[in-house]
Amino acid sequence: YRRGQPLGELDGIPIAVKDNFNTAGIETTCASNMLKGYISPYNATVVQKLLDGGAVLLGKTNLDEFAMGSGSTDGVFGPVRNPWSYSRQYKEKIVPRSDSEPENSNWVITGGSSGGSAAAVSAFTCFAALGSDTGGSTRNPAAHCGVVGLKPTYGLISRHGLIPLVNSMDVPGILTRCVDDAAVVLGSLAGHDPKDSTTVQDIFQPFALPSLTDVSKLSIGIPKEYHAPGLSSEILAVWSKAADLFKNAGAKVVEVSLPHTHYSIVCYHVLCTAEVASNMARFDGLEYGHRSDMNKSTESMYAATRREGFSDVVRGRILSGNYFLLKQNYEDYFVKAQKVRRLIANDFVKVFGSGVDILLTPTTLSDAVPYVEFIKEDNRTRSTQDDILTQAANMAGLPAVNVPTALSGRGLPIGLQFIGRSFQEKQLLTVAKWFEKQVQFPMIHYLSYICEAAFFHPQRACKVSGSLKN
Amino acid sequence: MAARGCGGVWCRVLQRGPGGSCSASRPRRAVACNARGGAVPLGQSGLAPWAAVVGLEIHAQITSNSKLFSGSQVQFAAPPNSLVSFFDASLPGTLPVLNRRCVEATVMTGLALNCTINKKSLFDRKHYFYADLPAGYQITQQRVPIAVNGSLSYSLCKDNKMSQMVTKTVRIKQIQLEQDSGKSLHDDARSQTLIDLNRAEGQLRVDANISVHHPGEPYGVRTEVKNINSIRFLAKAVDYEIQRQIKELENGGTVLNETRAFDSKLGCTVPMRDKEGKQDYRFMPEPNLPPLILYDAKSLPANVNHQQVVNIDWIHERLPDLPSVKRAKLVELYGILPEHSFTLVNEDGLMDFFEDVVKQTQMKPKKVIGWILSDLLSHLKQHSLTAKESPISSFLLADLLNLLENGDISSSAAKQVFEELWKGEGKTPLEIVKEKQLELIQDQEELEQICQAVIDEREKEVMAIKGGNEKVINKLIGLVRKATRGRANPLLVKQILEKKLSE
Repeated sequence: YRRGQPLGELDGIPIAVKDNFNTAGIETTCASNMLKGYISPYNATVVQKLLDGGAVLLGKTNLDEFAMGSGSTDGVFGPVRNPWSYSRQYKEKIVPRSDSEPENSNWVITGGSSGGSAAAVSAFTCFAALGSDTGGSTRNPAAHCGVVGLKPTYGLISRHGLIPLVNSMDVPGILTRCVDDAAVVLGSLAGHDPKDSTTVQDIFQPFALPSLTDVSKLSIGIPKEYHAPGLSSEILAVWSKAADLFKNAGAKVVEVSLPHTHYSIVCYHVLCTAEVASNMARFDGLEYGHRSDMNKSTESMYAATRREGFSDVVRGRILSGNYFLLKQNYEDYFVKAQKVRRLIANDFVKVFGSGVDILLTPTTLSDAVPYVEFIKEDNRTRSTQDDILTQAANMAGLPAVNVPTALSGRGLPIGLQFIGRSFQEKQLLTVAKWFEKQVQFPMIHYLSYICEAAFFHPQRACKVSGSLKN
Repeated sequence: MAARGCGGVWCRVLQRGPGGSCSASRPRRAVACNARGGAVPLGQSGLAPWAAVVGLEIHAQITSNSKLFSGSQVQFAAPPNSLVSFFDASLPGTLPVLNRRCVEATVMTGLALNCTINKKSLFDRKHYFYADLPAGYQITQQRVPIAVNGSLSYSLCKDNKMSQMVTKTVRIKQIQLEQDSGKSLHDDARSQTLIDLNRAEGQLRVDANISVHHPGEPYGVRTEVKNINSIRFLAKAVDYEIQRQIKELENGGTVLNETRAFDSKLGCTVPMRDKEGKQDYRFMPEPNLPPLILYDAKSLPANVNHQQVVNIDWIHERLPDLPSVKRAKLVELYGILPEHSFTLVNEDGLMDFFEDVVKQTQMKPKKVIGWILSDLLSHLKQHSLTAKESPISSFLLADLLNLLENGDISSSAAKQVFEELWKGEGKTPLEIVKEKQLELIQDQEELEQICQAVIDEREKEVMAIKGGNEKVINKLIGLVRKATRGRANPLLVKQILEKKLSE
C-alpha cells in the first residue's frame, strides 16, 4: 500500500472474523468447550482471500456455540452486548424500572448468531466482519446492531474452512457499515473454489454499485406472509413507510404471496438438526479438540467428551437430528422436509418469475430485547421465533441483505430485509444502496464515558488476536 | 496426526442359479454350485436337499495417485499417519472433493462388468462411531450408485479337469464409490487400539453373506462374514458357513442374523465380539457433494471443459480387451487350448512373454506353449517371480527354441540349457550348448558306432527285441541317450537300432 501498489481494495483495512472460520495459527473455538484451545492449521478460503488482499485481521468474534442461536448469548465465552446498549440514543430513552436496579442491567442483545461480528462493526472496531448465515445469523444481528448484513447466494462464496452448521444452507456472511463496503468485500470473496464442490463454476465479476436515481423500472414485492405473528407495530410501521418510499419514488410495489412460509420453520428445524447431528459426529475427542479424562473404553470416552464439550443446546439438536435420521423416521421427517423445502423455494421462483425484482420484508420481529428478557426463553424457542423472517432465504439459497432503516422508540436500530434473485447480488445491492441513501440511518452516538469497561469488554465483544492484545 | 483411507469401490456379486432372472438383491432361485459343477443336495443324505445363497461385497482399492475425496497421496506401506490431509483427519471445516481418476476407474470397472452406468449418481453419509472413522460417518453411495445391473461370466472346471470347463454367470448388483476407513491395530497387551489413517489394510477385502434354504421355500436368515482378505479363505469361509447353518437347522436350531469373522487358523467362522446389535446408520445425503453427472457422446454439452467432465463413451473406447476376449483371441490366433489361454491371461505378463517368444521363433505356438506353461512358469512360481522379472528373456528363450527346432539339440539337452539360462549369467543358448557339448551328434558314423556298442553290450535286450518284444528297444534308445549324454536324436537312434537289429 505504501509503495503505491495496494494488494486490493481491502489492503490495510481492519476486519474481524467470526470464530467459526478457521484461521491458521489462531485459536478457532466456535465458542464451544469442544474446541477451546484448538489452533487451526489452515485458513478458511474466505479468510485467505481477505488476507491475500491485505486486510488486517483484528480478531475472532464471539458467537452462539457452533452458530446455534439467535442472540449470541449461548457461547462459552458469555453473551455479546449490543454496542447500542451504550449509545446516547438508547440511554436517553430508558425508563428506569426501580431505584435498586443495578446500572447496566438493561443492556440489549446483539441478536445472533454472528453477534460478535455485528457488534465489532457497529462499535467501530473494524470496517468489515465475516459472519455466517444459516437461518438469518448475519442479517439478524445486523438488524439489531444497525449495520449492513449481507447473505450471499448459496454457492457464490466458498465454505471451505467454515465450520459447518447446516452444509446445505450455510453461507459466509458479510457485515459492514454501508452497502458499498459490502459490495467491495463481496467482490474479494466470491468465486468458485475447487476445495468447495458446492460453489458454482461460473466466473464472478466484482462490481461497483451504480447510484440509482430512477427506480421507476423496479418492481418491489411485499410478501404478505411476512406480516408474521409477533411482528411489533413499530416494525410494521417502518416496513410500511419503506414500501411507500419506493412507491412515491415511482417503483411498482405489489403485494405477493409466499404461501409455504409458515411451514418453513418446522422444515428448517428438521433439516438443521439432522445436519447438525451429522456434522457434530466428528467431535469425538480423538483427533483434536477436547478429550475427556474418562478412558475406561473408547465409547465411554466419546460419551464423556461430547457431554463435556457440547452445551445443552448443541446436544439437544444432535438428539433431535438423530431421531429424524432414524430409518423408521427418515421418510416422514427428513424427506418430507426436503419436499417442503422445494415448495418454499418454488414460492420464490414463482414470485420472481411474475415480474417482481426484489422482495422487501422486515428482518426481525422487534428491536433488540434486553438480555435479562431474552434469556427467559430457551434457545430453541427463541430461534423459532427470531428466525422466522430470515430463514426462508436460506432454504431457497437466495441472496438477502439487511439495511439499517430507522431507530425504534427505544432508540435501537430497526432494519429491513431485501431478498433478491439467485446470483443477482448486483441488483440486490444496488436497490439496497438506493434505499440506504433515502433513509439516512443515524450514526451511533456514544456517551462521554466511552471507555467504560462494560461497553468495550474484550472478551464479550471481540476476541483480540494475541499480537494485538492490550 | 492421522490419515484418511483410499477411495474404495465395492461391488456386490450374486450367484445365479437355474430358473430365471434375479431381482434386486436376492436371486429368486439359486442353487449352490461348487467346483464339481451342477446342483448338489447339501447336508445329510436322506434329508431334504438344501440350497445356499451367497452374496459378496467386494471392497477394492482404486489405483490412483491420490485419495477419493482428499487429494492426499496414496502410497503402499508408508509410515503410519504420514499421508494424512486435513480432510482425512476430519478437521472441522474441511470438505470432500471428488477425485476424477477414481470416477473414471469406476466407470471402467462398470463397463468391463457389463453394468449400466448411471449418468446421475448420488453420495450419502453412513453414520457410526468408530476410532478408524474420524468424521463419525463414511461417504458412500447408498441410494444411487454409479453402476448397476452388471454380470460376470466365469468358467468352472468340472471334476477339476481343465479340459471340462463350464461357463457360468454371476450377477453384479451394483458398483459404488466409497471412502475407505483407517486401519486399526489392536494392542491387547496395553488395552489400546492404534489407528493409522493412511488407508485400510490390503487392497481387496470381501464380506460374504450366506444363507441356506430348502429349494422352493423362502430364503433363510443370512449371516455376514466380514473382512476376508484372500480368495482361498473366502472359499473356506463360505463352505464352512453353509455347512454350519445346515447343521444348525437340521438339529432344530436357528441361524442368527449376525456378523461373523473367519478364523483362518481354525478354518471356521466365529461370531464377532463388539459391534452393537442392529446398527441404524442414519443415512443422509452428503450435502457437500452435488450429484455426480456423467456424460456420453450424445449428452455432452457443447462448449465444455474436457477436464471438468467424464465421458462414458470416451472411456468405453479406451477399455482394454477383457480377459474373455483376450483368451478367445489367443486360442484363435495360436491354436492353443482354451485352458492354456486361461493361464496365459491370468499370470501377470505371461501372455506378452508368450507372444514375444512366438514372434521370434520358428517353433509352432502349440509347442512353444509347453515351454511357457511348464518350464518357464514352474520356475517363475518357484522363485515367486513374474514373467517380467524372468531371468530368461523372451529373446533368449526364442533362441533356445530355435536351436531345438532346427534339430541342433535334443529336447532333453534343451532342458539342460534352460536350467543354465535360468542362472542368468548372460550366456546365450548357443554358448551354453558349446560349453557343455550338448549338440546333437550329427555324424551318422559316430552314432552308428555308439548304437553298435550298446547292441553289443546288451545281448539280453537284443534277444528280446528279436524275439518280438518291440518295446524293449526304448531301453536301448535310453542307453544310447545316456551314453551320448543327451546328444543323440532319439528318432535317428531308433532308426539306426532298428536297422541294425534287423540285419
